[in-house]
Amino acid sequence: MYDKGKIFAGLVIFLCVFTSPIWYNVVTGKAAYKPDPKLPVREKQCVAPKETMIASHMTLLDTWRDKVVREGDREYVAWDGKVHSISLSEGCMKCHSDKAAFCDQCHNYVNVSPYCWDCHVEPKEKK
Amino acid sequence: MAVNRRDFLRISGLGTLLGLGSMATQELLPPGKALAQQYLPDGKALKAKRWAMVVDARKCLEKVEQDGCRDCVLACNRVHNIPALPDPKHEVKWIWQERYENTFAGQNHEYAEDALRGKPFLVLCNHCDKPPCVRVCPTQATFKRDDGIVMMDFHRCIGCRYCMAACPYGSRSFNFVDPRKHLDSAATDPKFPTRMKGVVEKCNFCAERLAEGLMPACVEVCKEKALIFGDLEDPGSEVRKVLRSRYSIRRKPELGTHPEIFYVV
Repeated sequence: MYDKGKIFAGLVIFLCVFTSPIWYNVVTGKAAYKPDPKLPVREKQCVAPKETMIASHMTLLDTWRDKVVREGDREYVAWDGKVHSISLSEGCMKCHSDKAAFCDQCHNYVNVSPYCWDCHVEPKEKK
Repeated sequence: MAVNRRDFLRISGLGTLLGLGSMATQELLPPGKALAQQYLPDGKALKAKRWAMVVDARKCLEKVEQDGCRDCVLACNRVHNIPALPDPKHEVKWIWQERYENTFAGQNHEYAEDALRGKPFLVLCNHCDKPPCVRVCPTQATFKRDDGIVMMDFHRCIGCRYCMAACPYGSRSFNFVDPRKHLDSAATDPKFPTRMKGVVEKCNFCAERLAEGLMPACVEVCKEKALIFGDLEDPGSEVRKVLRSRYSIRRKPELGTHPEIFYVV
């Protein structure tokens, strides 16, 4: 084999660079973290089962906004028969009152920035 | 293990039958907890076939002459988080005062009575029965509800401003700047969203308040009862009573937009 030394040296350098994110995380421990949205304390049940909410809360919110703005239906009967008032600021955020501890956790993690809060007023921090 | 052709076909045939059969039984079963959901209008909501407003200009003018009353304008601004912008070119207006000559352009003349000339009249979106803004909106962001309210869906507005060009009353405002920068965050009402830069806005007849069983903010706050709000299709309603008994005019009726704001003078 010609240039054995160069090839193996190159391979070693390549592997080091390629796996560098892993080593970076091993050393600093910062890069990999699990988003940890804080669930409300007083209310145990959301408008749909947890799994559904995690997977498709965005679709639900989209439907809700059309229902309220365009059709004027402001109440939502959930699958368990409970009636909820459809409102982001006055509904969702009554339980999930801390945007930073709830919404932002996963949104920041997956690097999405929904523009809800460009207009809707987020609840003020309780002091 | 060798499978000959005959066995292979037999097994796959049985498998297919089994698969199809299980699908059929699944459909026969009750849907169970398959997320049944339903949407309802708010039980408290005020309903009408055709919302309309009568402005008693005489009462209003008397009060304005007395103390420069702007209660309705201020109430609207507060409820809908409308900022006070320093540059008049960027002004956002839902309900405001306009000089008589401009309010009734085309219907007045230079020899009009002193009681009217140059006097401030309340103007707002006319919630036209044939709204030109709705016709031109390319995204259907502005639309007419069944109860006659011409609504804005801010989510859909792309800021093309066709509606502003189409509206003959100048009832629409464009957000040239970010309104949040000019709003006091402590005084912002979380019940109503602010807007973002690049959308058009206008009076919505307080659709969000009607849904809660409340009268529009301007009507509620007017101590003189100069703003009368009600159902135009209901012969017994307050608006109809006033319109039956007094002479009323509308803004630019010749354009055929059928404005639903009436002025009694």
